[in-house]
Amino acid sequence: MATLAEPKTATTDNAFREEVRAFVAEHFPAELKGKNNALASVEGPSRESAAEKAWREAMGSCGWGTPTWPREYGGGGLTRAQTRILQEELARAGAYNPIGGMGVMMFGPTLLEYGSEEQKREHIPPIARGEIRWCQGYSEPGAGSDLANLQTFAEDKGDHYVVNGQKTWTSGGQWADKCFAIVRTDRSDKHNGISFMLIDMKDPGIDVRPIQMISGMSPFCETFFTDVKVPKENLVGAEGQGWTIGKRLLQHERTNLSGGGAMARLMGQALSDIAKKYLEVGDDGQLADKVMRDRIADFEIRWQSFLLTARRAVEESKAAGGVSEISSVLKKLGTKLGQERSELLIEIMGLQGLGWEGVGFSDGELGGTRGWLFGKATTIYGGSTEIQNNIIAKRVLGMLDHQ
Amino acid sequence: MAILNEEQEMLRDMAREWAANESPPAAFRQVRSQQPAEGYSPDAWTTMAAMGWAGIVIPEAHGGSDFGWLSAGLVVEELGKTLTASPLVASTLAASAIVLGGSEEQKARWLPKLASGELVGTLAMDEGPRHDGRSSATVEGGKLSGTKAFVHEADGASLFVVSAADGLYVVEKGVGITLSSRKLTDQRSHAEVTFASAAAEKLASGGDDLLDQVLDRARILTAAEMLGMAQQVFDVTLDYLKQRVQFNQVLASFQALQHRMADLFGDLAMMRSAVEGGLEALDAGGPGGVGVPRAAAVAKAEANRVLHTMSREGVQLHGGIGMTDEYDIGFYLKRARVLEASWGSTGYLKNRFAALAGY
Repeated sequence: MATLAEPKTATTDNAFREEVRAFVAEHFPAELKGKNNALASVEGPSRESAAEKAWREAMGSCGWGTPTWPREYGGGGLTRAQTRILQEELARAGAYNPIGGMGVMMFGPTLLEYGSEEQKREHIPPIARGEIRWCQGYSEPGAGSDLANLQTFAEDKGDHYVVNGQKTWTSGGQWADKCFAIVRTDRSDKHNGISFMLIDMKDPGIDVRPIQMISGMSPFCETFFTDVKVPKENLVGAEGQGWTIGKRLLQHERTNLSGGGAMARLMGQALSDIAKKYLEVGDDGQLADKVMRDRIADFEIRWQSFLLTARRAVEESKAAGGVSEISSVLKKLGTKLGQERSELLIEIMGLQGLGWEGVGFSDGELGGTRGWLFGKATTIYGGSTEIQNNIIAKRVLGMLDHQ
Repeated sequence: MAILNEEQEMLRDMAREWAANESPPAAFRQVRSQQPAEGYSPDAWTTMAAMGWAGIVIPEAHGGSDFGWLSAGLVVEELGKTLTASPLVASTLAASAIVLGGSEEQKARWLPKLASGELVGTLAMDEGPRHDGRSSATVEGGKLSGTKAFVHEADGASLFVVSAADGLYVVEKGVGITLSSRKLTDQRSHAEVTFASAAAEKLASGGDDLLDQVLDRARILTAAEMLGMAQQVFDVTLDYLKQRVQFNQVLASFQALQHRMADLFGDLAMMRSAVEGGLEALDAGGPGGVGVPRAAAVAKAEANRVLHTMSREGVQLHGGIGMTDEYDIGFYLKRARVLEASWGSTGYLKNRFAALAGY
């Protein structure tokens, strides 16, 4: 792994841009150009090719897969401005960041904030190198929107806990190496009886069963815990602090689900460009179906103002020092617009946009069908839209239950 | 909220304080009942001009501060919150037309007076009840003839920037101009202005798209006023829900109302981003900046969409009291529709956005 020189800290933006260009030219395999699979983190382990492995290791060893994380834990230690340059240069070369998933999006930032020094040194560097996959042990059959009703119990056995119970909607559980979970350590206190702990998915007491979804994919699992032994050093924060830490993690999740992350990448092509391929275009270059043209413009205008909102949120959170309740607004808006786009897309394609499998459909069309169905989950997971509305009303707008 | 520099923060705070203390909705009520000839309080305008607000987009060489469009938008937003009756938007837009298209001589003649507030300008563009971008006014031998409909702030204006079939002209108030007032729901100054061989000077230096550049600025700055209105309707409605008790509980505790406010809060966030995006595009792009036309369409279309919903929900969530003249909420509804119809209805703007995007 340590075959690469430590990246020099460029003193000016231009010098840094040159450094990134040289790095991409040297390490990014030409065969991967434009091949980023944005759904990789939910579809499971893509059969990683030698080129993909080399690119992941190159990015991972200099920390640029997690550009803003501290260097001492294997991150890139870059400023926001440098991160933007990195993203621009990757995009310019048709390259992409091969390191992602829940470890990067949610768990890493949370552990950096709440973890002990030993925990950070143990867990952050493998995430930065893209070596370890994490899954999220949150929801249970009886604890969906009412997450704090979770019942999976961790019994104190002195130097370790013994965990029993069931988690569900464990994204990528069948492929994960480790699980960050919120579990009950005290049955007498709903919120303060929850603790945040790290569980090894290789433990023999863990049984993972994929759930087939309406999209035909099985990105989510049921996860059963039977007498799973968890060492005490895997407790993050104090016992009973799990609800606070767990909610913080959800803010990172929401920010990623809505804005700069996968959602924006999935939306790459303008709807109007796709429409011009599938629908009649008049001599004036305009879509002949004026009703559909109006609806596309209506959507694109709102999508544009959502992108501006996501950018504004980044600038404001930078000024305020971290993610905030505004993540609820972004999640609510971004997921709704994403679904609206998928619905418009299949309407534009007609029955050609509803292909399930087999001949007669391009990969893009079949992917569109699955994406449309998978996308229905976005307004449910990470706290449903209704839960986001509760958070906005109560935490942001101060519309409390009792006044 | 966009990230502001120190200068802009001071400007916004000053505008916010002045609007709240010296020009609350009660001041608008006074204008409504006293009906000054200009359609606004001349004293208030003198004060605003003395604070430098009339010259925010005018270069320093011509007596302005050249603080830029985001700065102008900050002030206009604050005035929108309190429904301040003033010619600030109209005069700023007229000045911007001269900045963009005037000769050095024309700039030197008019801009210092517009910056000081001594001269009030306005745009006279549309010829019917809706904006369609067409102008049939004609100019022969330096004399302009034509009729312009629903000209904002016409009563107090002494300088008109008029669109004719072959470009933009400046017409100073004088011989050949007649005004016929049109009282609209917002109780502000609007008039049909007829030019009969009125002396006109062409703004010849702005290029072929001068009219579009000025209209884009009109869309964006109007959207800034609408943003202030939408923000205020939201804030006032939220306060009301926290105070009004029914079924022994404050209305704010009802989930049905909480979720409606959460929806409006999301819409408001998008509107703010779109409007600030438009203002920032003007500052970044300058005349003919690549992104301005689309940014302007997005800003005004979003302002139309959100203020429309907000003004309806504001009345509805106030219940019966929102229907009374005693409460201010109805003023916002009545001003909202006037601004929605100005410089491009939602349908017009969507069509323009699609055409600009090539579909």
